[in-house]
Amino acid sequence: MAALGSGCLVLSLAICAYGIVAAIYGVRSKRMEFTDSARRAVYALAGVLTVAFAVLELAFLRNDFAFNTVADTSSRTTPALYRAAAVWSSQEGSLLLWAWLLSLWSSLALFLMRRRLRDVCAYATAVLLGFGGFFVSLMIFYATPFATTSPAPAEGAGLDPLLRFPTMVIHPPMLYSGYTLCTIPFAFAVGALLTRRIDAEWIAATRRFAFAAWLCLGVGILLGARWSYSELGWGGYWGWDAVENASLMPWLTATAFLHSLMIQEKRGMLKVWNASLVLATGSLAIMGTFLVRSGILNSIHAFGGATLGVPFVALIGVMVAGSIYLVVSRRAALRSEHRLDSLLSRESAFLANNLVLVGLCFVIFWGTYFPLISEALNGTAASVGPPWFDRYTVPLALILVLLSGIGPLIAWRRATLASARRNFAVPLGAAAIAVLALLAAGVPGRPLAIALFACAAFVFASIGQEFARGVRVRREIAHEAVPAALLSLVRRNRRRYGGYIVHVGIAVLFVGVAASSSFQHATEVGLSPGSSTRVGAYTVSYVRPTATVTPAADAAHTGSSMSLGAVLDVSKRGHHVATLRPSQGYYDSGEPTQGSVGQLIGGQAVSHISMSEGALRDVWSAIAPNISTPALQRIVDAGNRTLPPQDAPIALGYLARQYLQHPPAAQFHFIVSPLVMWIWIGGAIVFGGGLIAVWPPPSAVVRRVSVRARPRSAGDPVRA
Amino acid sequence: MDALVVLLTLLLVAGVLIVISAPLRARAGERPGTREREQSRGEPERAALEAEREAKYREIRDAELDYRTGKLSREDYEAVDAALRREAIAILDSLEHALPPSSDRLEN
Repeated sequence: MAALGSGCLVLSLAICAYGIVAAIYGVRSKRMEFTDSARRAVYALAGVLTVAFAVLELAFLRNDFAFNTVADTSSRTTPALYRAAAVWSSQEGSLLLWAWLLSLWSSLALFLMRRRLRDVCAYATAVLLGFGGFFVSLMIFYATPFATTSPAPAEGAGLDPLLRFPTMVIHPPMLYSGYTLCTIPFAFAVGALLTRRIDAEWIAATRRFAFAAWLCLGVGILLGARWSYSELGWGGYWGWDAVENASLMPWLTATAFLHSLMIQEKRGMLKVWNASLVLATGSLAIMGTFLVRSGILNSIHAFGGATLGVPFVALIGVMVAGSIYLVVSRRAALRSEHRLDSLLSRESAFLANNLVLVGLCFVIFWGTYFPLISEALNGTAASVGPPWFDRYTVPLALILVLLSGIGPLIAWRRATLASARRNFAVPLGAAAIAVLALLAAGVPGRPLAIALFACAAFVFASIGQEFARGVRVRREIAHEAVPAALLSLVRRNRRRYGGYIVHVGIAVLFVGVAASSSFQHATEVGLSPGSSTRVGAYTVSYVRPTATVTPAADAAHTGSSMSLGAVLDVSKRGHHVATLRPSQGYYDSGEPTQGSVGQLIGGQAVSHISMSEGALRDVWSAIAPNISTPALQRIVDAGNRTLPPQDAPIALGYLARQYLQHPPAAQFHFIVSPLVMWIWIGGAIVFGGGLIAVWPPPSAVVRRVSVRARPRSAGDPVRA
Repeated sequence: MDALVVLLTLLLVAGVLIVISAPLRARAGERPGTREREQSRGEPERAALEAEREAKYREIRDAELDYRTGKLSREDYEAVDAALRREAIAILDSLEHALPPSSDRLEN
């Protein structure tokens, strides 16, 4: 079946080549049958890559270790769910996932646009097939997922234990969906620039795809942060890791684009800026894909495989150079139709928001690529860590949150100082009250955190005021009850009020970030059973040790040979708060030189954290048991000397009993973080609001305004 | 197994060829020049104007809501509303002068 997979890749490359030629020939000779054929080539590509993906997926599920990828990243003891997800844990499999998702999303986009923007779609088809051909070529010539070994090994190396968690099953597909969706607005932008069709129809089409990219990328980023926090053993959700940053950068530019697109739609302004943003988003998405595959930066996510760096650099070079050429050569078509009417306007607020978002992206870009730039300039590698990123991103994030509250308070085109005074009074009051309340409550002096809480209060009051006024207007018109008026208001103005909900979500998310990072209590301590320690306002007591020695008893189904842990009691002022059960899993190393028993536990040890989550705080714990004591080592050594591999698990039983009866002191890591849950809640609000904003209105609600009537007076019945 | 792989591959290739060639085969059976005439009749311009019209309607509603929720004074609202309606009328005039949609031409 590997041959079928390889055949699919070759066929895919041929489809891409044909489609590119057909699309360009069709649009230039105005022969629609060829552009339609090229669009169908995208559909065919999706079908063929689906077959290829199915071949690889089946190989993993059937434990076909003749496939090198399967042998390198899976094993018979890997649970089925993780075997299925192991497809994208390798360089080769992830390339196939990338190409497959690109073909699926491209097919959907081109199907939805099949009767509109025909010329633009033709060029977009060529660009998308170009991307598809690039990734398929990588798989054919550099890293094929269908390479085989004969005879096939009897067992595989197994999946990295760090990836054996449910969150990791969905995180890469969401992230890759985001990356691939970023290429669609990019492709449509190229098509629009080539045809000089940067008009309202292009805006309407591009917004949908840009939003889909923003949504998937954002969910993928949030899932990654959640995985880091709830599964990895360091207790954080964001470490400014290069790959984390690589996914955040296109999300920031996509967010800027979604805002500034509204200005172009309403005022015909910022065309150059928008074209540059959408092209930059696509380029950053490819750069993010490049980062993990080039080996140039250190990261927990990196695949390695330095041979892919050169082709990616070439692709990125073509994208960036081509984008610059298109924007410069089409600047006449991108000329703004209007100027800014007033600095006190929503347009100005959106412009400021854009500058902050792009500024954030630039800071992150510099900090992420700084090691490479430094090495290129002076030959010495350097790196910047979280403190550097925090120093520059925190003030920008503050401004961003503040702007998310200011924008809704100002009208499009112009606002007066009098209306600004009227609209800003309550939100400013709320911010002042928040600061006074925090200071009065004795919140420790963290100026930036308190400033952010004040900005968040400003946002909540601002958006709340908008909803209250909108509901009042709706009730005046339709005489509805408050709940019905609220629903009608949102339903009839989805983009506005969905956007407001997104802003609330952003403020909530940043409140969680500020609180958890500024007011966290953490400690690392060695504890024996019966002893305890203080973490902030909480007392954590080591009650008793735990041990499991068979995969069947491994509740997380992570395939560990043995798991050692502890039961902890968490209390506050003498009252029981939670029971925690952190553990550490020990895995088979696959190294017979470690001995029959040593091999079973000599692989990578993975921490399984335990935490108690709450609306006000999380209590997080991790354990690193000491299995190097003389008593435990004697059991391992005796087992190595006397037990054959098939009987080695017996020694683990003795090991576990010794650990339970005479537990040595273990190292614990405890963290108490306030308001972490609001990060996830805020994220959910952001994406829920985004869905509301982009959801198409029911056709019955789409009204036609009689524009030939004279301008309304205040007494006219309002159909808001 | 090899024979199965060959058969599956051939089926795939055949399926791809059928899918990709469908527009070309359909075109071969049509009256010459039909699609070129459709393409050249200003459909892109009309579609762009229609999208612009919808966006302008949205702006008019947004301005009204801004006024009703106190973000615009009455004077500013009347000025903005008048400007938006002028712009919308210009778009409607352009639409009226644009060629009718292709469905109309088919009926003819």
